[in-house]
Amino acid sequence: MDAISVTNLTKTFAGGWSLFRGRGHEVRAVRDVTLALRPGETLAVVGESGSGKSTLARMMVGLEKPTSGDMRIAGKDAAALRAEGPRAFGRVIQYVFQDPVSSLNPRKTIDAILDPPLRLLKGYDKVRRRARMKELMDAVQMPANTLERYPHEFSGGQAQRIAIARALAAEPRIIVLDEPVSALDVSVQAQTLLLLEDLRAEFKMSYLFISHDLAVVESISDRVAVMYSGEIVETASAEQLFRTPRHEYTKRLLSSAPRLKPPGRGRLEGG
Amino acid sequence: MASYIAKRLFAAIPVLLGLSMIVFLIMAMIPGDPATAILGSYATPENVERLNRSLGLDKALPQQYLAWLGNLLHGDFGRSYALNRPVLDEVLERFSATLILAGTALILCTVFGLLAGIVSAVRQFGWVDRVVTFFVLIGISIPSFFLGLLLILLFAVQLRILPASGMYAIYGGGDLADLLKHLLLPAVTLAVVATGVVARLTRTAMLEVLRQDFIRTARAKGLSERKVIYRHALKAAMVSVVPVIGLQAGFVLGGAVYIETVFQWPGIGAMLVKAISTRDLLLVQGGVLFVAAAYVFVNLIADIVQAVLDPRLKT
Amino acid sequence: MSTQALEVGPPKDSGQSRTAWRLLMNNRLAAAAFYIVVLIVIMALMAPILPLHDPDTTSPANRLLPLFSEGHLLGTDHLGRDVLARLVWGTRVSLFVGISAALAAAFFGSLIGLVAGYAGGRADNLIMRGIDMLMAFPYILLALAIVAVLGPGLLNALYAIAIVNIPFFARNVRGITRGLSHREFVDAARLSGKSHIAILTTEILPNVLPIIVITMSTTIGWMILETAGLSFLGLGAQPPQADLGSMLGQGRALLFTAPMISVIPGVMVFLIVMGVNLLGDGVRDALDPRLRAGALSRPMPVTRIERPHVPEPDETAKASALAVTGLETSFEQGGGREVAVKGISFTLRKGECLGLIGESGSGKSVTALSILGLVASPPGVITGGAVTIEGRDVLSLDETQIASFRGGKVAYIFQDPLTTLHPLFTVGEQVAEAVRAHQPIDRVGAHEKAVELLRTVQIPDPEQRARAYPHELSGGQRQRVGIAMALANDPDIIIADEPTTALDVTVQAEILRLLQALRRDRGLALLFITHDFGVVAEICDRVAVMRHGEIVEAGETATVLGDPKHPYTKRLIACVPIPGQGRAFLDAIRALPSADTDRGRGA
Repeated sequence: MDAISVTNLTKTFAGGWSLFRGRGHEVRAVRDVTLALRPGETLAVVGESGSGKSTLARMMVGLEKPTSGDMRIAGKDAAALRAEGPRAFGRVIQYVFQDPVSSLNPRKTIDAILDPPLRLLKGYDKVRRRARMKELMDAVQMPANTLERYPHEFSGGQAQRIAIARALAAEPRIIVLDEPVSALDVSVQAQTLLLLEDLRAEFKMSYLFISHDLAVVESISDRVAVMYSGEIVETASAEQLFRTPRHEYTKRLLSSAPRLKPPGRGRLEGG
Repeated sequence: MASYIAKRLFAAIPVLLGLSMIVFLIMAMIPGDPATAILGSYATPENVERLNRSLGLDKALPQQYLAWLGNLLHGDFGRSYALNRPVLDEVLERFSATLILAGTALILCTVFGLLAGIVSAVRQFGWVDRVVTFFVLIGISIPSFFLGLLLILLFAVQLRILPASGMYAIYGGGDLADLLKHLLLPAVTLAVVATGVVARLTRTAMLEVLRQDFIRTARAKGLSERKVIYRHALKAAMVSVVPVIGLQAGFVLGGAVYIETVFQWPGIGAMLVKAISTRDLLLVQGGVLFVAAAYVFVNLIADIVQAVLDPRLKT
Repeated sequence: MSTQALEVGPPKDSGQSRTAWRLLMNNRLAAAAFYIVVLIVIMALMAPILPLHDPDTTSPANRLLPLFSEGHLLGTDHLGRDVLARLVWGTRVSLFVGISAALAAAFFGSLIGLVAGYAGGRADNLIMRGIDMLMAFPYILLALAIVAVLGPGLLNALYAIAIVNIPFFARNVRGITRGLSHREFVDAARLSGKSHIAILTTEILPNVLPIIVITMSTTIGWMILETAGLSFLGLGAQPPQADLGSMLGQGRALLFTAPMISVIPGVMVFLIVMGVNLLGDGVRDALDPRLRAGALSRPMPVTRIERPHVPEPDETAKASALAVTGLETSFEQGGGREVAVKGISFTLRKGECLGLIGESGSGKSVTALSILGLVASPPGVITGGAVTIEGRDVLSLDETQIASFRGGKVAYIFQDPLTTLHPLFTVGEQVAEAVRAHQPIDRVGAHEKAVELLRTVQIPDPEQRARAYPHELSGGQRQRVGIAMALANDPDIIIADEPTTALDVTVQAEILRLLQALRRDRGLALLFITHDFGVVAEICDRVAVMRHGEIVEAGETATVLGDPKHPYTKRLIACVPIPGQGRAFLDAIRALPSADTDRGRGA
C-alpha cells in the first residue's frame, strides 16, 4: 500500500470577478497529477517557481482542497479523512515549511509550540508530553533548554530543527517537506539534510520532498518527479533521472544548474 | 484610464445605495411613531397622517425603502416642517456655503500639510522638523471648536481685524473681498487638524519610501539628491498620501459642524445641529445624505488620482 | 494607517513588557505626558473626596467672579457655580465617556476584524463591505445622525462615538489578521490539531494585541475630543450635568464678557488630548519594532565616513580597476558600534571577474555597497580603509563627485529587481534617466539610447517593452532592465550584488550568459557577490571567500575550489552537493568534523 497515492489531481484557483470582464480567468495550478509515494521512500518533486509544486504539497496535508481527482493518504480516502475532522490528517501526515522563522509563532516559547500536537493529536498527559519534548529535542540535536526559549533566539538552521521536531511530535508516517533547506546557508543546509535522512531511517517515515534545487534533491531522494506549469512531465528513479533525463524540460533544468566542477565541458560560453 | 474611471464611477453606485440604506435604517430605528417623532411639536393629526402616507409607513420595510429611494431620485427629500420649505431647497442653499468653507480648508490642508511633511522629512531632526512636529502635535490635539473661540478672541475681540461670524457683512458686503475676510478664520480653524494629519503622514511616508531599495538604485545611478527626493521618493510617497487627503475631506466636511456653529457660518453643519435640537429629522436625513455623497465623490477623485500615480492599481 | 506596515514584532521574552516600559520612559516627551495624564486621571478619580464646592449649586449673588477670587480659585460661571469644581467633575465625565467609548470601539471593532480577517473569502468580503459603507460617511456626521435618532444625551453620545470608531479598529485588525492567517505558523497550528477558535485566540490574538493597543492609544485622544465636541454642540451631556465640552459650549455665550469660562475647560481638553496623544505615540514607538530599530530615519546620500586615518594605496592598487584597502564598515547599534566588515583588502583587475562569496552575515553585500558609499546611514558608518578607483581614493571625495562615479565609471546591479526598480516609472524612463544623469543629452535622445540598451540586453521588442512598468515584466526581464541601466554610461566596473539569487535556475543561466558576453565584448571588470559556489565556478576568474567580515582565502577560482587551503573554505565546499554524487554526498557530510557553522549562523 502506498503512503500517498493521487490520481488525476487538479487544483484550480478561481480568478477574480469583475463587472466588465465577467468571470476572471481561472488559474490551474495543478493539472491532472498522478503520483505515488511508496512507504519508506523519499520522493522529490522538482520544479521552478509557479510550477504548482507547493500547491500539490498543501493539498496532501489537507491545507488546500483539491478541485478534482482522487487522493489516498496511507490507504484512506482523503475526503473521508477530512470528514473525520481536522485532526485525522495531522496524525498521519505532517508538513515542514520553507521559512522556519515564520513557521514558529514569535510570541510562544518552544514548549508551547510543541505542546498542541502532543496534546491534541497524541492525547498524552502532562508528564508524558514533557518527556516527549525532551526526546524530540534530542532527536533533532538541540539542547534541552531550547524548550523555554522564544523562536527569535534561534538561527534559521536551529529554527528549522525545531520545526522538524514539531512535525515529528505527531509521530506521522509521512512528512511533506516544502523546500526545507532553501532558506538556509549551504553549511547549515547540508547538516539539516543529513538530520532529515537519519530521522527518516530511524522513524521509518516516507518523505515527499519539494525543492527547486536539483543537487539537493539528488543527495536525498530515491525517486524524482519533475513538475512544469502544473503538470508532472517526468518521473524516474533519482539515479536514472540525473544520468539520462528524458523530457526536454528536465534536460534544460539539469544543464542550467551551476556546477562546481563542470563535467567534461568548458566554462559557460557567452551567448 | 477612461475605462478605469468608468469602473470607479460604477463602483460608486453601490456605495451610494448603501449610504442611503444606512441613513434609512437609522431613521427607521427611531423609537415610537416616526411621524410624530419627525414632526415633533408640529404634529397636528392631519400632518401626522399626511406624513405617514408620504413615508408609506403602512408598508413593509423594504417597500418603504424603495418608495423613499424613488422619491429621492425624483428630487423629493421631503419637507422640513420647522422651516416649512422643501428639504432639498434648504440643503442645496446651505451646501454651497459649506462647500466654500470645506473646499478652502481642504486646499489649505493639502498645500500646507504636504509642504510641512516634505520639509520635515527631508530635514529630519533639524529645527524645521522640530517646529513642524511641535505644531502638528498642537494642531491634532486642540479641539477645533476651542481653537475657533481662541482665534475669535484674538482677531475679532482683541485685534479687531477680522469678523467673528457670518459669511458676509450685514451692511454693504457681498463682494469677494468681504467673503474672503469672513472665510479666513473659519477655514484656517477647520484646516488645522487636517493639516496636522497630512503633514504627519507625508513625513512618515517620505521616510518610509527613502528606505526602499529602489531609492538605493536611484542613488546608484548617480542621480542628484534633489532628483532622488523630489522625483523618486515623492512620487512613491504620494501614492499613500493621496488617499489620506481624500479622508481629510471627510474630516473637514464633518468638522464643519463645529466650525459653522462657532462662526455662525450659514452652512449645512450649523443647519444639522439646529435640525437635531428641533428634531427636524427629514432635514437631518437630507443633510447627512448630501454631505456623505459629497464625501464619496471626493474619495472617488482621490482614487483616480492614485491610479494615475500608480499603474499597478489600474489592473 | 497602513496595515502592512505594522509587521508583527519580535517576540517578547520574559522581559518584553519591561523593555517596552523602559523604552516608553526613555522617551522624555512620552514620559512627561504619562505623568500629566496620570495626574489628571487621579484628580478626576478623587473628585468626590476633594474639598470642592458642589459643582451644580447655583449662587446668583456670586455670578461671574474672576479668577483667584476668595473661595473660588478659578472664579464662578454665569449661574455662580464654582468653575474649579465643575472643571474637576467635568473632566471626570469626559474621561469616563471617552475611555468607555474607546474600549467599546476597540472590543467590537477588533472582534469584527479578527473574525473577518481569519474567515476570509465571502464572509470577509461581506463584513468589510459593510464596514466600508460606514466609513463612507464623514465620521462626525454619522455620530450626529445616530444622536439625532437616539436623542441628545451623554450616554447616546458615547454610543455614537463608539459606533463610528468601530470601523477603524475593524479595518486595522482585519488587515493584520489577514496577513497573519496566511503565515506558516497558523498552518502549522492547524496541522497540530488546533481548532479554528483555538488558533484565533491563542495563535493570532497574541500577535494582534499590540496592534489593538497601538490603535487604541492613538485614537483615544480623538474619542475624548469627539465626545467633548458633541457636548459642545449641546448634543452630549445635558444640564445640570457638565462635561468639558458642554462647559465650553455654555461658556461660548459669554465669550466676549467672561472669556475665561470657556478658555479654562478648553485648555483642559487640550491638555488631556495632547497628553494622551503624546503617550499614544510613545506607546506605538515602544511596541512597533520597526520604529524601535530606528528604521525610520532618513538615509543620507552617502554613507557617513569617519576614518581615523586613511591608508595610502600602493602601486598595485593604483594600477587596478578597483582596489579596496583595509575597508572597515560598522553599524551603529544602541550607543555602540558593531563592525560588519573588518578591514578587508582586495583588488579587481581591469577586465576580470572577481567573486566575493560568503554565507549570510559574512559582510559581502556591505562590502559591495561600501565601495561607493551606498550603505544606508544611519546606521552604517565607514570607519576605516580606502577605495581606490583610477588612482584616487573615492571615500575622500565629496558628495557630488561620488555621485558622478555612481552609474558612470562604476555601476551596480542589485539582487531583487522587483524591489530595486521604481514601481511607478516605466523601465524605459528609468534607463533613460540613468543615461541623462551622466550625459548631456535631451529627452528624445535618452529614450532612443534606452531602447538601444534594452536591445543590447536582449529584451525582445524593446520599443514596446520600454513603455512597460516593472510589474508587467517577468523576473528575468526585470533583471535585464537592471543590467541595461548599469550599462547606460559604458562603465569600467560593474558591481553585481547577488544578481541571480531571486531567479529560477533556467533564467539564472541566461542572465549569467548575458553578463559573461557583455564582459567579454566591453572589457568590463566585474565584482560578483554571491553565496553560490556553482555560480562562482561558472563566471569568476578569481574568488575571495568571506566569513564574519573578513576574507579568509582568495585566489584563482580553479585553485580555491579545487584545492581550498582554509578549513572554512574546505568545509563550505564540502557542503555543496555535486551533481552525480547522489547519496554519497550525505555520507561525506557525516564524515565532516563538527564545526561551529553547524549551530552557528543560519539563514
